[in-house]
Amino acid sequence: MNFSQYYTLTDHFTIMPAVMLALFGCAILLFDNLPFFGPLFPDPRQRKYMPIFVVLAEILTGVALYRQSSWLASNGMTSLDGFQGSVRVDGFGIFFNWIFVVAALVVALASYKYLEVASEHHSEYYALMLFAQCGMYFLATGTDLVTLFIGLELMALCFYVMVGFLRTDKRSNEAALKYLLLGAFSTGFLVYGFSLMYGMAGSTKLSEVTTAIQQRPAWDPVVFLAMATTAIGLLFKISAAPFHMWAPDAYEGAPTTVTAYLSVASKAASIAFLLRIFLGPFGSDDLRKEWVPMLAVVAVLTLTLGNLAAINQTNIKRLLAYSSISHAGYMLLGLIAGNDTGINGIMVYIMVYTFMNLGAFLVVVAMRRQNIIGEDLDDFNGLVHRHPGYAVLMLIFLLSLAGIPPTAGFLGKYYIFLSLIQTGHYYLAVIGVLYVAVAIYYYFKIVRSMFIREETERAPLSMSFGLRLALGFTGALTLGIGLYPEPFLVIAKNSLLLH
Amino acid sequence: MPSGYVPILIFLVIAILFPIVTIIAAKLIRPSAPFLVKLEAYECGIKAASDSRGRYTVRFYIVAILFVIFDVETIFLFPWAVRYRDLGWFGVAEVGVFLAILVVGYIWAYKKGALEWV
Repeated sequence: MNFSQYYTLTDHFTIMPAVMLALFGCAILLFDNLPFFGPLFPDPRQRKYMPIFVVLAEILTGVALYRQSSWLASNGMTSLDGFQGSVRVDGFGIFFNWIFVVAALVVALASYKYLEVASEHHSEYYALMLFAQCGMYFLATGTDLVTLFIGLELMALCFYVMVGFLRTDKRSNEAALKYLLLGAFSTGFLVYGFSLMYGMAGSTKLSEVTTAIQQRPAWDPVVFLAMATTAIGLLFKISAAPFHMWAPDAYEGAPTTVTAYLSVASKAASIAFLLRIFLGPFGSDDLRKEWVPMLAVVAVLTLTLGNLAAINQTNIKRLLAYSSISHAGYMLLGLIAGNDTGINGIMVYIMVYTFMNLGAFLVVVAMRRQNIIGEDLDDFNGLVHRHPGYAVLMLIFLLSLAGIPPTAGFLGKYYIFLSLIQTGHYYLAVIGVLYVAVAIYYYFKIVRSMFIREETERAPLSMSFGLRLALGFTGALTLGIGLYPEPFLVIAKNSLLLH
Repeated sequence: MPSGYVPILIFLVIAILFPIVTIIAAKLIRPSAPFLVKLEAYECGIKAASDSRGRYTVRFYIVAILFVIFDVETIFLFPWAVRYRDLGWFGVAEVGVFLAILVVGYIWAYKKGALEWV
């Protein structure tokens, strides 16, 4: 049975997770405002039940994703196209969507206490989270320039608002404005690249763009211009140098929970987008020769800037922002290597990055208390004396971010460096390893504060059931993936982008 | 490089040269007699009362944003209205879904007091 030639059951099946997210986003907006229901939780203290909506939405999204992957497995297919090839459900997209689901769940659970303390607890926050995730769904599964672009804008628009969610905080407003202006500018570049691709192919479908580009010689200036402008737009989104300027400001000013969501989910979605474009239309061997040197320069710049700028930071969120810039550099190295190990390495990296980076930001979330911002390095002084559990968890996340075994971060870096050595990029591997040493220095500045310094602030951390659950989950997986990586590696291996 | 681009190149060169040449030529030919009135926005008519870059209430922005919502609604309703018979019940359902999503936004804006002019 089909609804119509324009909207078949297959089409419906391919966008089911996004439909769930959009429905729940609308439901949250309605339930809290409909005249006959009244506000869902009239008492501000009851607002803490709000994340239940997100949990429900993510469960249904997860079920839809599971149904998609089991359908693919039972029919022996690697991908399923919907809407005349605008959306493609494959292992690659499903893998990234699971990352978004995990990130949204963890962030929603950690959010309610934080927003309460900041006295900005509104239902719209959770709706925006779900709408942003809806955009990410199309970034990971879209195979049409217009679909991808609308997904990107849906995600970015929600993030602009969420970054400025602390309405009375000047830093939050400033961060939102900077992010909006620079984001709009970079989107302009991206769309310019898209328009050139459309001009070459006469179609917005990625598959047709791929054929059109392959028919042209690799030195064709139009192809190069399309590649360069698209790359600028995408590199901005993953905050690679020299397009990283927005990241420290946006990360610092945004509510810490939003920073966590932004640094993980938005980055993962943009990486998925980057891989779709650079392994799709620009994936031919001739073109690889053109963009590999370009991306190598960007990756080395990103590693240098991210790691060196992080050394002097005294604000934890800025420090983690620069660290997340350098992680983008490592992921780019995997794309430069470009063999299966490298692409697989990016998938592993983004998976472990999700858990360790979310975890590190969650500890910063717990530092925010009544009247205490808790974002300075000194606020962590002597944390181990008051909250040894939190200090040890933070230590695990930082070790993992630095890439020290037996934590998960080691695994991510291992595959990236392995792929670089396999493809003969020895100098890049050396640079990457050297910057790991730099990274250990600034991560251990936090460790020194927590374990060696005397405590300066005695107010207990703000804790909630959701935050503990989220911290426990991310901590367990950061250690778990490091100690027993086998099942996670299999998942990543089965999700490679196929053509 | 396809030869089809050559006319564009010629056009580009002319387009760049034209304003430069005219400005320089005018500068050479015209008499120079500067005085203050010439700098005003309108040399004739009523004198400007104040700067046009004044500040006005942020509510205008909300009205403008709400206008966009209904504007987009109309834009999408027009093509459907034109192809109404061909699309049949499927079209009605699609537009229904579209309007339902818009109504959610409308209810939200209404309950938040965005339509009230205090």
